[in-house]
Amino acid sequence: MAFLEIKSLKKQYGSVLALDGISFGVEQGSCLAIIGSSGGGKTTLLRCLNFLERPDEGQIYLNGALLYDAADGKKLKDEALRQKRLHFGLVFQNFNLFPQYTALENVSLALRLTKAAPPEEIRKKSISLLERVGLGQRLDSYPHMLSGGQQQRVAIARALAAEPDVLCFDEPTSALDPELTGEVLKTIRALREQHITMVIVTHEIAFAREVADRVLFIDEGSIVEQGDARQVIDSPQQERTRSFLGSFQVR
Amino acid sequence: MFETVVRALSEGFLKTLELFGLTLLGSLPLGLVIAFGSMSRFKPLQKAVRALVWVVRGTPLMLQLLVVYYGPGLLFGQNIWGGGTSGRWIAAVSAFVLNYACYFSEIYRGGIEAIPKGQWEAGQVLGLKKRQIFFHIILLQVIKRILAPISNEVITLVKDTSLARVILVYEIIWESQSFIRSDGLIWPLFFTGLYYLAFTGLLTLLFGYLEKKLQFFRV
Repeated sequence: MAFLEIKSLKKQYGSVLALDGISFGVEQGSCLAIIGSSGGGKTTLLRCLNFLERPDEGQIYLNGALLYDAADGKKLKDEALRQKRLHFGLVFQNFNLFPQYTALENVSLALRLTKAAPPEEIRKKSISLLERVGLGQRLDSYPHMLSGGQQQRVAIARALAAEPDVLCFDEPTSALDPELTGEVLKTIRALREQHITMVIVTHEIAFAREVADRVLFIDEGSIVEQGDARQVIDSPQQERTRSFLGSFQVR
Repeated sequence: MFETVVRALSEGFLKTLELFGLTLLGSLPLGLVIAFGSMSRFKPLQKAVRALVWVVRGTPLMLQLLVVYYGPGLLFGQNIWGGGTSGRWIAAVSAFVLNYACYFSEIYRGGIEAIPKGQWEAGQVLGLKKRQIFFHIILLQVIKRILAPISNEVITLVKDTSLARVILVYEIIWESQSFIRSDGLIWPLFFTGLYYLAFTGLLTLLFGYLEKKLQFFRV
């Protein structure tokens, strides 16, 4: 069993089946890219992984242990769900930084509120995280003073601060101007080298091919094709994957 | 005569200020409680709270003062507020607090609902509790958004306090009217305007200052 193992995850909104029995595994320290057209269920899958949505069916195993079983998901109290969330981090498409806090405060807030460590230690850790994403000079900047790329890097540092077992990215560059995507991708690339376990939903196919070990192509709530990132992207086996990837090459 | 009038009006205005202060002290937090009630996922509570807000916002404050003060006595044959000046005072403060809490609750609700869901979710994925997210992340953003409508209500409250005279709370307008009754003087009534203007001017400055203070971030 892989480090993170997802078993037949289902999620339905009214009559719309957003996830129709999704299963896959992610090895520790590896990177999984999830590609597919909009509305195909990619974001829903990440939201289920972070328990922002409760899956209707399926199980999530982490490190060999059952973390979440949808069978008792409905009964779970908010507090139990909160504990489970600590294993996962999420970087949002539109950053969602806290506007009234500086970059440093954004990164340290959760640690301070959960009293994870003495204040001085939290401060040092937060500064070093911001240095790691190349923002050591912007500690005291408020989000509105930063570019989109810088804001997203603060968001990455903030997610790293909680030391999640798995770090998820929901289209981390989709809200950015093209000239700003590079710096964010560079940051993610660096995390890849530090062997942080990552699940990345992205439309940057070339980036997925380069940085991910495996890739998952999702369409209409199901996995159409999965495998080694280069293999799937360079020579897709399924017709639907081919036509999806083809639409990128045309542009 | 001028001195006598000023002394009486100043005394009345102190009462006005006291009513103003106590009303804010009670209604600002109570409004938040009512706002949470009106957003509750428990439908019966939500419906009951929204009905209360409808009644309170849908009837004149002057009528509410009379109902709150006389109502219990007429219904149960017993004045729950206690007799004399202090009974009327407690009834007046209670009616004002309830009335303003309902108005504030709608302002809070609008402000809270305007905060993007992503702010809550960002707090959740960091492992924070709902309470922590509200008080450390959401609240200040709400305050910044609602400062202007709140300042409107607060300034309206300064002038609404004059309604308390219908149950004989001796605020500044009541004091000034006593000069009409006793000396046939109308100018003390007009003179009260200066008190109101001075105080609302002060409040305008205060809210301007707060608005500036909150300019360090954008929502």
